[in-house]
Amino acid sequence: MANSFCSLTSLLLYPSTFWLEVSLTDLQHYRSILLKVEDFSLFTLMKFTCLSEGKGYHFPPCHILNLCGFQLLFDCPLDLSALSVFSPLPINLSSVPDQCTSVCTCETSLDSECGRKKKQKVEKLLDASSLIHAEPWYKTVKSLRLWNISFIDVVFISSPMGMLGLPFLTRNKDFSAKVYATEATARLGKLMMEELVEMHKEILQFYGPQESSCPEWMRWNEIELLPSALKEILSGRDGEDLGGWMPLYSAADVSECMRKVQSLKYAEEACYNGTLSIKAFSSGLDIGTCNWSIISPKQNITYLSSSTFASATATKFDYNALHGSDVIIFSDFSASNVIDKKDDYNGFSPGVSKLSGEDDDRESITEFLLNTDELAEESDKLAFLCSCTLDSVKAGGSVLIPIARLGTVLQLLEHITFSLQSSNLKVPIFIISSVAEELLALLNVIPEWLCKQRQDKLYSGQPLFDFMDLLNEKRLFLFPAIHSPKLLSIWQEPCIVFCPHWSLRIGPAVHLLQRWCADENSLLVMEEGLDANITFLPFKLMAIKVLQCSFLSGMKLQKAESLMKLLKPKYVLFPEKLKQIESCLRSFSCIYYSENETFGIPKLKDCSEVDIAIDLACQLSHTKLGKENVSVARMKGELFVEQGKNRLLNGNEHSGSSQTRPFLCLGGVNLQNLLTTLQKKGITTRVEDVTTTDGSDKTYLVHVLEPKHALIEVSAARTKVSTGDESLSSNISEAICTILNVI
Amino acid sequence: MAIECLILGAGQEVGKSCVVVTINGKRIMFDCGMHMGYLDHRRYPDFSLIPRDASEDFTSSLTCIIVTHFHLDHIGALPYFTEVCGYKGPIYMTYPTKALAPLMLEDYRKVMVDRRGEEEQFSSEHIAECMQKVTAVDLKQTVQVDKELQIRAYYAGHVLGAAMFYAKVGDAAVVYTGDYNMTPDRHLGAAQIDRLQLDLVITESTYATTFRDSKYVREREFLKAVHNCVAGGGKVLIPSFALGRAQELCMLLDDYWERMNLKIPIYFSAGLTIQANIYYKTLINWTSQKVKDSYATRNPFDFKNVCKFERAFINAPGPCVLFATPGMISGGFSLEVFRQWAPHEGNLVTLPGYCVAGTVGHRLMSAKTPTQVNIDQNTQIDVRCQIHQLSFSPHTDAKGIMDLIKFLSPKHVILVHGEKPKMESLKGKIESDFGIQCYFPANNETVSIPSTHYVKADASSTFLRSTLSPNFKFLRASSGGNFSSDDMDMIAKPVLQVCDDRIAEGILTTGRYQNPKIIHLKELVLMSGEESHKLQFALCFPARITKMDENGKLIPLAQEFVPSLLHQLFSKLSNEFSEATIQESDQNIQIESFVVSICSKEKCPHRVSAGPHDISEAVYFCCMWSAADEKLGWKVISIMKKLELSNG
Ligand SMILES: [Zn+2]
Ligand SMILES: [Zn+2]
Ligand SMILES: [Zn+2]
Repeated sequence: MANSFCSLTSLLLYPSTFWLEVSLTDLQHYRSILLKVEDFSLFTLMKFTCLSEGKGYHFPPCHILNLCGFQLLFDCPLDLSALSVFSPLPINLSSVPDQCTSVCTCETSLDSECGRKKKQKVEKLLDASSLIHAEPWYKTVKSLRLWNISFIDVVFISSPMGMLGLPFLTRNKDFSAKVYATEATARLGKLMMEELVEMHKEILQFYGPQESSCPEWMRWNEIELLPSALKEILSGRDGEDLGGWMPLYSAADVSECMRKVQSLKYAEEACYNGTLSIKAFSSGLDIGTCNWSIISPKQNITYLSSSTFASATATKFDYNALHGSDVIIFSDFSASNVIDKKDDYNGFSPGVSKLSGEDDDRESITEFLLNTDELAEESDKLAFLCSCTLDSVKAGGSVLIPIARLGTVLQLLEHITFSLQSSNLKVPIFIISSVAEELLALLNVIPEWLCKQRQDKLYSGQPLFDFMDLLNEKRLFLFPAIHSPKLLSIWQEPCIVFCPHWSLRIGPAVHLLQRWCADENSLLVMEEGLDANITFLPFKLMAIKVLQCSFLSGMKLQKAESLMKLLKPKYVLFPEKLKQIESCLRSFSCIYYSENETFGIPKLKDCSEVDIAIDLACQLSHTKLGKENVSVARMKGELFVEQGKNRLLNGNEHSGSSQTRPFLCLGGVNLQNLLTTLQKKGITTRVEDVTTTDGSDKTYLVHVLEPKHALIEVSAARTKVSTGDESLSSNISEAICTILNVI
Repeated sequence: MAIECLILGAGQEVGKSCVVVTINGKRIMFDCGMHMGYLDHRRYPDFSLIPRDASEDFTSSLTCIIVTHFHLDHIGALPYFTEVCGYKGPIYMTYPTKALAPLMLEDYRKVMVDRRGEEEQFSSEHIAECMQKVTAVDLKQTVQVDKELQIRAYYAGHVLGAAMFYAKVGDAAVVYTGDYNMTPDRHLGAAQIDRLQLDLVITESTYATTFRDSKYVREREFLKAVHNCVAGGGKVLIPSFALGRAQELCMLLDDYWERMNLKIPIYFSAGLTIQANIYYKTLINWTSQKVKDSYATRNPFDFKNVCKFERAFINAPGPCVLFATPGMISGGFSLEVFRQWAPHEGNLVTLPGYCVAGTVGHRLMSAKTPTQVNIDQNTQIDVRCQIHQLSFSPHTDAKGIMDLIKFLSPKHVILVHGEKPKMESLKGKIESDFGIQCYFPANNETVSIPSTHYVKADASSTFLRSTLSPNFKFLRASSGGNFSSDDMDMIAKPVLQVCDDRIAEGILTTGRYQNPKIIHLKELVLMSGEESHKLQFALCFPARITKMDENGKLIPLAQEFVPSLLHQLFSKLSNEFSEATIQESDQNIQIESFVVSICSKEKCPHRVSAGPHDISEAVYFCCMWSAADEKLGWKVISIMKKLELSNG
């Protein structure tokens, strides 16, 4: 008993020491205690570490936040663009055209950059043979592997892309965290992972099972031989990225992972351990993507992932729900990608400078946020893509669209089918993916996750998307794989194909690009962000037109600034990277962060708030405390922590505890006062002075003579009553209590 | 603070559900239904009773309207209230309810106007405009109606999109269940709700006294009855609402037809119900888990054996099954077909579990065939066909209601949507079983109940940390049992929050210029600027030691026996005080602040005389305790004085 009490004290004071003392078997049990202790700890600040800034839409950022003693992980993505260091499977399609067109003459976009790089890299020859010819591994966030997985308490998944690396965590036996994702993200993420596993299967069949845990290409002497561009993707600037590579998870890992995900609706309240109240709100970026609001007794946090004010398919960005946050973790890096291309960035719109003057003008801010420029820009892009597509098929070429943004693909599909019909073209559209059928079925049953225009289709009794009609009319075809027998019988060119994978290293897109790359009438539509120089290496005769397109992936900095003004957080954690370009955000308390740098966030409140039940509050007896005109009351209740709030309720008396609670006396006993009071009660006394040896503390001995014998010792800090008679004793103590402030 | 509930409908009856609840200044109308049994003003709730100032309109007197599901007894008066009475404020319902309600309303309007020739209460345009004002919500989505009012929908089973609604203003919260079903059926799941802190639950009580067994038995009975009829060449008429029951029964039949390889046609009357299937297909996520899981392979609302009915088929020969609206044969197509088919013995008519008084369905429920039924003043019909009453109802039975109330444990319960005598008996059961106050007001009555309110205070970290220690005691005590963190997880799953109980003791300070703040005792001393003062009691008295030698002479106390005396005392006191409070050491025994030791002083200031047997070798117990344990101290002393200790 005494022993355990000791360890308890040490636990309160030195939580970290305590860690080391407990045996492994008890770990789980004590862990929960430990976390509760830190919950109220004054010593720990909120700590934040950016593990990865990511690379745009497909590779979202990844962070760790320590809040109330809980370790929270935001997103667990994969950098699939790094697949470009691997060579795709060598495929011999018999129908590869013979005519040779010169390489790289028809690329329509971005080739100035491509050319520049070529000039710089003359010293090392980069060609198809420099790529790694082996089963591809997958690049995870390398810093995440440095964290002890068993210490992670909660994982927040903000988008399907943020989920792709999750099976690597969940299959680890030490992983015990709770994973939250919106229902749509969970379902779409699952399909994306299954698709990835399926595409990888084809490669596995080619290379056969791997016996070594460290493949040959990972050895340093091999890496040293690589051209520097590849070396950098593989191992990073200083070689530390190499630890992030993993062989792909299995289908079983994926379903195991899905079992650990708790899916939420938008604005559904989830409670972690009673302490954190968690809600996901739409970020507008794509179907199911979200921002997180985390309410704890100490602080309210918002995790703001890439968000757009212009969503044409998904539920719109619900920024109003983010009001009242103390801290906003701004994790939308999309602006940095835009600014890298100098010509796209032309300072401020005049509206912004006007805004910074009058910061309470909510309406004008809202108006600015909701202006539809971006939406118009996006639909212009789609219209352009669509017209290019039509030009190609009219010229007899086929169109390959390995784009993976669901919202964009759906819009494009609709645009293209409409244009084909209106220009009376009978060109088939194929969607080739192992999950295509399930995906389209899913999209037609999730009205709650779509924008208003789609929801209106529900109300008017129409299907949400027109796939079924297109399929029935044989204008659209779905195939699980490129070698489906049915595909071969229906196949006709020119055609338009939507298929994975945008990295152009795995999936049906590789086969089709190999087939069409030499055809100058064909068109490849791809997203920005891939290094064309490396991506096209395996495709020898690149005569195909390439349209590289950047889509809206987040909010512009001007809008970010206005949004912060609207939401009025106390602190904004802001990427250092964006600070260099933007100076206007200084009007907020900004803390700038960069990759792999841990820092504390200042404590905002000294006190936590407690709700006291009214019936408990009514029972209190208040005492006025002297000069300060403060009234005090002793209270006792049961403290509940629920939904991030402390609540003090009328507790059930525990039978084991003592009947009366200790009370506190303040002030001193004035001797004369005491004697008068005693006299009023009919108690007669005789006083004797005693001075202790050191002379500092004077004690009076009050001998009670009547009605019975008693002795009262009065000193500055203590009064002691001794008598053998209980009623006399209580009479005397009553008298003393009237002189002191008793609480 | 109080919550006021004005019952505008479904008070001691079924029909025109409408409850206006006022919580801390916010006023919510739950449901806005109509009564199918009346054609006069009684069909609508009496909206004039909604409390408002003379100058106020409904829009400013109500904060919002919440509609639980698309049944007419819950939504039938909504277009009238918004378009005719002029309510323009927010209206909330789930996505399926918003999608399906216009169909129900339009169907009803048609029956009333086109077939009965009544004056229309609202037009098609009214319905469309009314639905424009509706905000659709998803399950569990927390909707902030305004700064103070928060609402949330929970799955209710009953029909597609049916929801219970939680509403919270400040610290006060209520749940209005609407109609619900606590057992899953073929197409819908069971009602599901979080454990919430509630002042009030307003629940339906259609089957307040009925206890039902498994639904599958009765489904089989239904299928058998239908199969027997068509096997004998008969026609089956299934009158039903356009939505809900029709889809459920149709799934049942479609599946049965597949399994039994039956080729007899199943018809849906008019285009309405077939069109409704598109809604069901899109809204499949709102059905039961089993139905939901199959969406990718084949949407179960793509019925294989169902086709459209033409009027000419009514008298065509051969067996068939026909779904026709309205459900209670109160008019429309189902009545038209009923006239034709009822007189033939081989035919079958199914009746829904509940029919409103005044409908043909209601008259048939109590009838034994063959019989005569009056359709209107001039028409009487010979009913010779079989009548099968569908006994599987989408409403919860009494056990379900009791389970829900037990689970939610609100402070008060109001019963609506039921029959008075049954409600009365359920009220008795709720009050006796759970000790929860229960009411079942009649229409237009108001019930007022007190509401929860919290006082907001700041709390110092020292105080919050101090609350942890009792919690540790608790954990330590149960660690021997099977209370592991795994168990905690299991408990946590169905529950919204994990509460860990901690006895908290602190000092609430309130000053004129500061927020109330809870601090720890230690902090109060610092804060007050005054010294703390100890008030103690002390008493030194002789032990009763009775050991004598053979000659009856007291044996002088040897010093080495002193510790043994203390230990004797300890073992005796241990019988009186719990293990947790009493502690023993070499020098003393401690019970809370009470400390007793053997007095070593020659002349102790706290000593009282030992009485006549006083001898110099006497052993004295010196006791000291603080004022907090004043009573405890005297209790221990009186026990000690009675104890006899042995010397040796
Ligand atoms: Zn109903
Ligand atoms: Zn009802
Ligand atoms: Zn003594």
